[in-house]
Amino acid sequence: MADFEIRDLRVGVEGREILKGISLDIDRGEVHAVMGPNGSGKSTLSHTLMGHPGYEVLGGEVRFKGQNLLELAPDVRARLGLYLAFQYPVVVPGITMANFLRTALNARRDPDGKDRSKQITPKEFRALLKDQLDVLRMDDSFLRRYINDGFSGGEKKRAEILQMAMLKPEIAVLDETDSGLDIDSIKFVSEAVNRLRGPDLGVLIITHYTRILEYIKPDFVHVLVNGRIVLSGGPEIADRLEQTGYAEWGAQEEAAVAAGASEVEA
Amino acid sequence: MATAPKIDIGQDYKEKYGFFVPEEYVFKAKRGLNEDVVREISFMKQEPEWMTKFRLRSLQIFNKKAMPTWGADLSVIDFDNIFYYLKAQDKQGKSWDDIPDDIKKTFDRLGVPEAERKFLAGVAAQYESEVVYHSLHEELAKKGVIFLDTDTALREHPDLFKEYFGTVIPPGDNKFSALNSAVWSGGSFIYVPKGVKVDIPLQAYFRINAENMGQFERTLIICDEDSFVHYIEGCTAPIYTTDSLHSAVVEIIVKKGARCRYTTIQNWSTNVYNLVTKRAMAYADATMEWVDGNLGSQITMKYPSVYLMEPGAKGDVLSVAFAGTGQHQDAGGKMVHVAPNTTSTITSKSISKAGGRTSYRGLVKVYPGAHGAKSFVKCDALLLDDNSISDTYPYIECDENDVTIGHEATVSKVSDEQLFYLMSRGIPLSEAETMIVNGFIEPFTKELPLEYAVELNRLIQLEMEGSVG
Repeated sequence: MADFEIRDLRVGVEGREILKGISLDIDRGEVHAVMGPNGSGKSTLSHTLMGHPGYEVLGGEVRFKGQNLLELAPDVRARLGLYLAFQYPVVVPGITMANFLRTALNARRDPDGKDRSKQITPKEFRALLKDQLDVLRMDDSFLRRYINDGFSGGEKKRAEILQMAMLKPEIAVLDETDSGLDIDSIKFVSEAVNRLRGPDLGVLIITHYTRILEYIKPDFVHVLVNGRIVLSGGPEIADRLEQTGYAEWGAQEEAAVAAGASEVEA
Repeated sequence: MATAPKIDIGQDYKEKYGFFVPEEYVFKAKRGLNEDVVREISFMKQEPEWMTKFRLRSLQIFNKKAMPTWGADLSVIDFDNIFYYLKAQDKQGKSWDDIPDDIKKTFDRLGVPEAERKFLAGVAAQYESEVVYHSLHEELAKKGVIFLDTDTALREHPDLFKEYFGTVIPPGDNKFSALNSAVWSGGSFIYVPKGVKVDIPLQAYFRINAENMGQFERTLIICDEDSFVHYIEGCTAPIYTTDSLHSAVVEIIVKKGARCRYTTIQNWSTNVYNLVTKRAMAYADATMEWVDGNLGSQITMKYPSVYLMEPGAKGDVLSVAFAGTGQHQDAGGKMVHVAPNTTSTITSKSISKAGGRTSYRGLVKVYPGAHGAKSFVKCDALLLDDNSISDTYPYIECDENDVTIGHEATVSKVSDEQLFYLMSRGIPLSEAETMIVNGFIEPFTKELPLEYAVELNRLIQLEMEGSVG
């Protein structure tokens, strides 16, 4: 039995079935990539795993630590050890990143807020942050800014990985983390993710382009087209997609795979 | 209603012996309002004749004025069923057992000390902070700062008092300012001399007693030229009272180059009608800032205003209103540009939950000749659910062409995306929602002294509990 099992997952949005039976096993220590063209159901997969209320589960289950994740609220999933790095991190005005990170860490240590002794001390917090900030080429000033407010595309994605490093999940889903990033940011972000790799962490990278996989080498690659996984295998599949795109499964986007840098922003 | 005895013992005592003992006079509290009651209040307080006349004139105005027909529904106020003056010892009739459980629970949750609880609940007349107050008082006195309750100020500084009292808000301003002028009792009096900057906030809290916390407080602040003072009234802990009407008047004079900040955190128990008139006159290059937070009460109607009387005067209103079940917060601000090159901003933030209603009501008025005036009004409303209400009544009356006036209003709901994002980090739903609300009012909170900001955030947390699910 794998640490994280997706079994025949079917999901609809506004009455339309998007994921039509997905199964995927992820063990800690492994890096999986799910690749697919636009409209294949990539975002639906990441949002459903985390429990976004806008997605309706039509069937299947996700087993993690002996529970069916799909029956749990997003915060409970997170506290079990699941993490989602958002494609579009959300702005929350008036709350500083420092406050946010501390609250998230404390929610994990002491979810009921009843035992203050379990909460993170300022000293511990600073120590935890220091290393990660350096790797991601971020400075302290970022902590005083409001959650994702006025962040550039690159800053947002780095902040997502910083949170991941702080929260130390067991399964991390990276949703199109490379989209909208310039090459330097991709490098910093990948470096940070690679540092977190290890026997305790399973990673699921969801991406349209092969580019990020040059920096974060996957152990397994799965091709998602039209709500189904049509091919699974080793990293060589990414190389094949680099050449041919998704055309062989009827997708229209072969050119875009190679020209992945077209949507770069600072 | 029986006529009160007219024997002027108190006045005689004061003149002959220089002291008086009004406490020994047996005053029988009665409900309802008429000339006799007003005379009796003035007599009990040993006031000079001009004040007695002022009160009686105000009563006539009150009787003539119609109730406001706009704003919140005030039709249930029964003026005949209110005590207009109670001595402190009369107010102490209540016992701790009479205080509602939810109020006690909130004290617990906020960690309000025992001594303060009894005071806030109206069980004790005096909060034991005399020592703190005394040393502060001496320090202020050295600088010539006067900080007294308003009744004492009238006795000790009669000339200064008479010069300014009732000049900013005349009794005839509105029905409730007339009422307050007739029956006022307690409140704060502050005078800051020329060039003196008071570096710690003055809090009514230091010398709080039942009288100051009365229904009809009257506050008068005079900032002489180039001075500064920050005054804070109220506290975040709920104030329990069985009085259903609170109608205060606050008058402030900010002279040339001076700056005054007046911070209010109002958290009356939810049976109270809170109808307050607050106004400041700002002279050349003076700055008046109202920081006004309204959480409690059943109905609040309050529009702090600044009259910008001379060139360079600046006025700010920053307000937050929170309305839950059965509450209507009708709040806003008023900026009157009388002189050229005056500037004003009004920032209003409101939160409605569980059927609560918040209204922004504001006026920006520019008189002819006030060229170069600048005004910006921003109101943001946050709705926590579908049955809560927010509305906006922004009025602009401009009789001058050379002005810059901006207005911006937003209404938003706590977004699913924000909640999902915070929850995806392991933060429970109720805490996530509280964070969003605290983030929304952060522009307000950051203007508060730290201890108030922390308490306010905790209070929002308490208000939010049980609001989601």
